[in-house]
Amino acid sequence: MDKSTTVSTSSALRSNRTVRWTFGLLVFLFVVCFIGPVVSPYSSDMLSDNQFAPPSLQHWMGTDINGRDVLTMTMEGGRVSLLVGLVGASISLVVGTLYGMSSGYLGGKTDAIMMRIVDILFSLPRIVIVMVLIAIFDFKVKEFLDTLEWEWLVRYSRIILLFACLGLVQWLTMARIVRGQVLSLKQRQFVMASQTMGQSDWQIMIKHLLPNLIGIVIVYLTLTIPTVILEESFLSFLGLGVQAPQASWGTLLNDARQMINPIKIYWWLLLAPSLFMGVTLLSLNFLGDALRDILDPSSKR
Amino acid sequence: MLNYILRRILWSIPVLIIVISCTFLMIRMLPGSPFVSERNMDDVAEQRLLAKYNLDGEWYEQLGKYWVNLLQGDLGTSTQHRNSTVLEILQQTLPKSATIGLLALLLALSIGIAAGSWSAVNHNTAIDRGTMLAALLGICLPSFVIAPIFILCVAITLPLFPVGGWGTLSHLVLPALCLALPYGAYCSRLMRTSMLESLNQDFIRTARAKGQTEAVVIYKHALKVALLPLVSFSGPLTAHVLTGSIIIEEIFKIPGLGPFFVNSVKNQDVFMAGGCVIVYSVLLISMNLIVDIFYTVLDRRVQLS
Repeated sequence: MDKSTTVSTSSALRSNRTVRWTFGLLVFLFVVCFIGPVVSPYSSDMLSDNQFAPPSLQHWMGTDINGRDVLTMTMEGGRVSLLVGLVGASISLVVGTLYGMSSGYLGGKTDAIMMRIVDILFSLPRIVIVMVLIAIFDFKVKEFLDTLEWEWLVRYSRIILLFACLGLVQWLTMARIVRGQVLSLKQRQFVMASQTMGQSDWQIMIKHLLPNLIGIVIVYLTLTIPTVILEESFLSFLGLGVQAPQASWGTLLNDARQMINPIKIYWWLLLAPSLFMGVTLLSLNFLGDALRDILDPSSKR
Repeated sequence: MLNYILRRILWSIPVLIIVISCTFLMIRMLPGSPFVSERNMDDVAEQRLLAKYNLDGEWYEQLGKYWVNLLQGDLGTSTQHRNSTVLEILQQTLPKSATIGLLALLLALSIGIAAGSWSAVNHNTAIDRGTMLAALLGICLPSFVIAPIFILCVAITLPLFPVGGWGTLSHLVLPALCLALPYGAYCSRLMRTSMLESLNQDFIRTARAKGQTEAVVIYKHALKVALLPLVSFSGPLTAHVLTGSIIIEEIFKIPGLGPFFVNSVKNQDVFMAGGCVIVYSVLLISMNLIVDIFYTVLDRRVQLS
């Protein structure tokens, strides 16, 4: 990407209304989730006798079965969900880009074999892979953190594991997209020029191919984050993800769902987590679509 | 054409072998044993149980015995539900999952086609934007958000449908709808894109120039071509939806296949998990093939090779 296109892209990004609004909303949500619990007069381990209080001025989103403030819990759960989404998507981005780039650039037999591996991983049920990874590494990660004497991290070991596992199952799409892009970039003259100048494959990939992939990679990063957040909440919903006492939007929604009964309706348990999750996923998808229209004109609809 | 189909089937065999073997080995690799949760299980008893299920010995011996049984059509016995074979469990649960799945598939496709083409025909109007906002909302809200909301609204507050369970036709409505909505939303986005593309093509201009009415142009000419991406999406969609959604079946308390799959992996019930994976992969591979063949029938320009 030369300088003039970089400048025009960045100004196009800034002047686009959807990008500005959704990005602002996401930053706002992030700030709310990370600052909110600090400012809030309640905390997620603060039990009270005030069970199942409907939304009021004291508890904006009501309280749950243990009398905890639902809004505070949703914000704390948001920390986990947002972090898992960001880190998981970033891991998938790194793995997927490196894999797809190598496969596309090296071509030939290597490419064929690498893509067959992706095909096979695609047909394995993702939930099996994640569950197996979690079961195998759950104990090992804890042990590893113990030997490092990072006790404060041990209680987060499950979340760290989720980062890695979700990242490691999500890179397949990214690898395919990057490979497709590299296949067409490879035919361009600047690649041939660097090859004749005697640059190594590695140098060409990092210095020349990678900068040209940034646009498409950012677009799919924005679209992978919601997928990872959904996947995490799906796992937590099944009791395989974040473990109590930690909470994420998935576990909160699962708790809320189990409280549904015909005798008494606690709709506010559902309200805050679905609202937060819905707004986050909606803005990320809007942002991703808008970024795609700007950064990846070939896919313009 | 026949050559192509044969090659596809041949290629799917190694994929199936690898997928099934990988699932088996991954579950056997898990720490612990399928029988460890039982109280007062001594080592001898556990060894006997493992031997009974052909789960003792080296990993390749276990895998070999599993494949020998599989090739004879024996899916094994569930280590969790000792009284029934995997085949019996599949026979009991799969039809229920498939019924809901089939309904959801039809719903998703009809929602997708109708909403997608409606918003494409009204491109850049309020209708278009509203429909697409709804579609994005449908994609973003996972089924475990939509389902409880539906239960709250039309099963508890307004008791129109049962909260869950299995039996009558009205038990099917909510689960099928909740399962269908996210896919329908995705289909409608797909449909809108391809409809817009096909409306811009030359043969549409020709049809209009011939003086055909707008309805004929849209529904006879444009729709036919625009359906193609939806056809290829419906392959994996069918496989996915027919094998049962864990979440939907869990929320609506439907005795389907979904929960069996998750629990089998949780409890290291390797034969049950293997059975589920076989059903899913065979369905996925054959649906993809059928869809590709169907594709050439719909669009003569496509040549399979």
